[in-house]
Amino acid sequence: MTTHRTTAFLLSGSLFLGLALTANALSGPKIPQARGEKCVEPVEMMRRNHMEFLKHKRDATMRWGIRTEKHSLVGCIECHAAKGEDGKYIPVNDPDQACRSCHDYTAVTMDCFSCHATVPKEGAAPAGSKGDS
Amino acid sequence: MSTTKRPDNRGRRRFLTAAGGVTAVATIAPGVRLIQRVLAKEDDQAVSSAVRWGMLINTNKCATGCNDCVTACNSEHGLRDTGRPDTDPQWIRKVKLVDDQTGKETSLPMMCQHCEKPPCADVCPTGASFRRTDGVVLVDKHICIGCRYCMMACPYKARSFVHETLTDQRPWSPRGKGTVEACTFCVHRVDRGQQPACVEACAGADHGALVFGNLNDPKSEISKRAKAVSSRQIRADLDLNTGVRYEGV
Repeated sequence: MTTHRTTAFLLSGSLFLGLALTANALSGPKIPQARGEKCVEPVEMMRRNHMEFLKHKRDATMRWGIRTEKHSLVGCIECHAAKGEDGKYIPVNDPDQACRSCHDYTAVTMDCFSCHATVPKEGAAPAGSKGDS
Repeated sequence: MSTTKRPDNRGRRRFLTAAGGVTAVATIAPGVRLIQRVLAKEDDQAVSSAVRWGMLINTNKCATGCNDCVTACNSEHGLRDTGRPDTDPQWIRKVKLVDDQTGKETSLPMMCQHCEKPPCADVCPTGASFRRTDGVVLVDKHICIGCRYCMMACPYKARSFVHETLTDQRPWSPRGKGTVEACTFCVHRVDRGQQPACVEACAGADHGALVFGNLNDPKSEISKRAKAVSSRQIRADLDLNTGVRYEGV
């Protein structure tokens, strides 16, 4: 009898845990509000293809000197890097930030930020402008 | 691509080019002309072989002990002093030459010579080292495996390997551990009609030892000067046709 009760308790416990995990998974990753009017592509398109856009743009920029802002990583970061309470930018690869939250959710490792800047440069001219950079 | 794009915009582009030229000349100290001719490349235009970027270095004007070009380069690209000079990357270094016979000392900046036939690109096993069609030699760090074969092949010792994890890189100059890097001729600036950081610093310090421009344009300041004065390529015997030339050595 005791054994049955314990088993039932454990079962209900694991069921509860399972539900909690499902609920958490369903809520999805949270991304800080981006600046700018709208993204350069529809959200669905970006979710599926942003890596292809970035890869295409990186070759165009590096090999052919095409320096438009659309699909550039610098462009993404300029809109998507959030500012903390101290008024400073939070790196986009910090937990719960634009890049990292989704990548943690999908368990995909990013290798962009061992080389690329994770915050926009304060006071620097935005990519694509003719100003001093 | 460049000839067919936006034909209706040409008048405006010419106007902007002229205006840019005027601004550049007006803001620089007398006798120093920072930009001879602003090349109007739109951001969406690809670079072309009509341009060959080059630099002419007047060692007579290059002061011994002056390090302004190196400092400007380090600051522009986020190269920091870690206190470990054996492994710290350097994109420009000052070299001192002493004539054994006369004792005459010459100081000059040495960096990637942006060869027309770059040995680094020849030996690269992955295609990461490449020459852009406008003559700038770069490393594609996305496919660089850090083998350092290019560093062995470069006769100018111009390349560095990044040994340590980096943080807080410049958005316009991605750099990372495990890849090889070198002077980029500041392509991020040049693509927008600006001068490389070292050239700007040298002109700003009133030395004017560095002239940067398009070697393919006979009207550019660099072409006129290269035609008028005697200059040479370092290790011209290797027949690499370097984009960087030196006067006074």
